[in-house]
Amino acid sequence: MRERIALMIKADMGLFHSKKSLAATVSFLVCLMFVPVYGSSYVLDVVNRIGIAVIAALGLNILTGFTGLISLGNAAFMAIGAYSASWLAMRTGINFIFCIPVAGIITAALGMVVGIPSLRLRGLYLAMATLAAHFIVEFLAVHWESVTGGVAGLTISSPTVAGFALDSDRTVYYLIIPTAILSVLFVSNIFRTRVGRAFIAIRDQEMSAAVMGIDVFKYKLISFALSSFFAGVAGALMACQTRIITPENFPISIAIDSLAMIIIGGLCSVIGTIFGAVFLTALPEFLRLATTALAGSFPELIGKLASLKELVFGLLVILFLIFEPHGISAIWQRTKNRF
Amino acid sequence: MALSLNTQLSCHDIRLTFGGVTALDGVSFEVMDGEIFAIIGPNGAGKSSMLNCISGLYRPQQGEIKFDGLTIRDLPPHQRAKRGIARSFQNIALFRELSVIDNIMTGRHLSQRAGVISGGLFWGWAKCDEEHHRAVVEEIIESLGLQDIRRCAVGSLPYGRQKRVELARALAMEPRLLLLDEPMAGMNAAERDDMVGFILEANCRRKITVVMIEHDMGMVMDISDTVCVLDFGKRIALGSPEQIMNDPHVIKAYLGEDDGFF
Ligand SMILES: Nc1ncnc2c1ncn2[C@@H]1O[C@H](COP(=O)(O)OP(=O)(O)OP(=O)(O)O)[C@@H](O)[C@H]1O
Ligand SMILES: [Mg+2]
Repeated sequence: MRERIALMIKADMGLFHSKKSLAATVSFLVCLMFVPVYGSSYVLDVVNRIGIAVIAALGLNILTGFTGLISLGNAAFMAIGAYSASWLAMRTGINFIFCIPVAGIITAALGMVVGIPSLRLRGLYLAMATLAAHFIVEFLAVHWESVTGGVAGLTISSPTVAGFALDSDRTVYYLIIPTAILSVLFVSNIFRTRVGRAFIAIRDQEMSAAVMGIDVFKYKLISFALSSFFAGVAGALMACQTRIITPENFPISIAIDSLAMIIIGGLCSVIGTIFGAVFLTALPEFLRLATTALAGSFPELIGKLASLKELVFGLLVILFLIFEPHGISAIWQRTKNRF
Repeated sequence: MALSLNTQLSCHDIRLTFGGVTALDGVSFEVMDGEIFAIIGPNGAGKSSMLNCISGLYRPQQGEIKFDGLTIRDLPPHQRAKRGIARSFQNIALFRELSVIDNIMTGRHLSQRAGVISGGLFWGWAKCDEEHHRAVVEEIIESLGLQDIRRCAVGSLPYGRQKRVELARALAMEPRLLLLDEPMAGMNAAERDDMVGFILEANCRRKITVVMIEHDMGMVMDISDTVCVLDFGKRIALGSPEQIMNDPHVIKAYLGEDDGFF
């Protein structure tokens, strides 16, 4: 009896629900190790961008999917991370690698400030407050020239690790992908503990959460901090990848992309976030390939690529909201159960 | 129901209004350590409002609420929970997307210690701590007979089951005072009997003081030590079940209703 309960508890606490899913995850990680060996520079660029998108969307999902606080500030938080890491590295000469977590912490602190209105504001009103934060950051990125370099932006020299320069898509991969994996693991762990349960409790039934002893405002701020930490790290990695950052790197559409990723992937699902990020980062690439292939017969398509992307994104979000509100993660769950 | 003579909760001259509506009008009573205290009254009498004042969801405009002799009047709900006050709701207020276990685990929030970093690393003590509290919750699940639905999302469960999970969640807090808002409403006879058993067990074995709102008069008179009757926000009677049954005010208030009293 005792042993049976102990076994059940172990199973409830585990990250993997079966040996099979553990094996699948391990083989996936092994495959990831071979991407830089066989992948072209183009493939690596896409995969790196996916890695960054995973971290950014994971941050947003903590806040919006798990805690129920709608935010349009993700691009702003990414910008704060990118600028603070770059500025730190340039001013202090500290290795860029170490500037990344510091940038995350700076972004977390500012994220908490943005989260203060969540004490009173809910739903769309809170979304408006985060939107305001976005435009303030955008304004500062253009006008606070001494720090941000204004419209021209900042140029970062490529970071080195043990004399090894991270100056190509292939080498940056070794920074971005492990960070993404660790972020996924960290966030999955959070949702095995009381902190993650408190987030979901606040989202599902705020009054009940307070009565259970959860300090609702404190946990909303923690959620903002955690969320912006990951967005900040994603931004810093983006700076590392592109090596030049300007205000144009962080338009509001980046925030909306993150939102689309978690809606399509699955609100409140870590694995869904990964699916969403992969799907929506790969989709424009796929559209590009498709339009180039069709260019012979429909030459006018090429010029419409950008609007085509927006159209497909919008359509997908609407279709998912109507037919599969739990996103790709629900489809994944059903497929898994069939085996 | 070993009654001690210590007052655990005292509400004095509570007045609560919503715009023009007076929900509570100078209500006072004391709840002894270890007793089962029932609040009854017709619909809209202010019973739920009274519980909300005790658990901190409503702030009365006037009056004093003391728990263990200390005022809790100005504390937010989560700090009252820390002092040892737990509750269930009239309209079930579970965390719909969480499983039965996870719902009950939120009751352990205050006893657990994991923070963001220790939780994110989930290593060493944070893992042991989680394991330990899950074992405590398993005991509660077993004593309330919820084993067969441990992993179900609560939103999908039948009403009677959800009520039971809500009780389990409150018990997981190991409270000293348990506030129950119509714990048996909408249940069938068998479910009611089970619920009465769980409440009595919490009261006798776990020594939890119970303040309960209930419409089932037979049950109230059976298990309560003290009954408080509210009508239009006023306390119209307070005493032992026998006293209440013979109280002319109570009989009048209830005879005014269509469905009678006993
Ligand atoms: N949040 C609120 N806002 C406005 N009025 C309220 C609120 N809560 C309660 N009231 C009013 O206060 C009065 C008492 O309501 P309460 O819910 O406490 O009654 P009750 O005794 O629990 O009734 P029932 O048996 O129907 O549950 C009612 O007139 C109700 O309309
Ligand atoms: Mg009520």
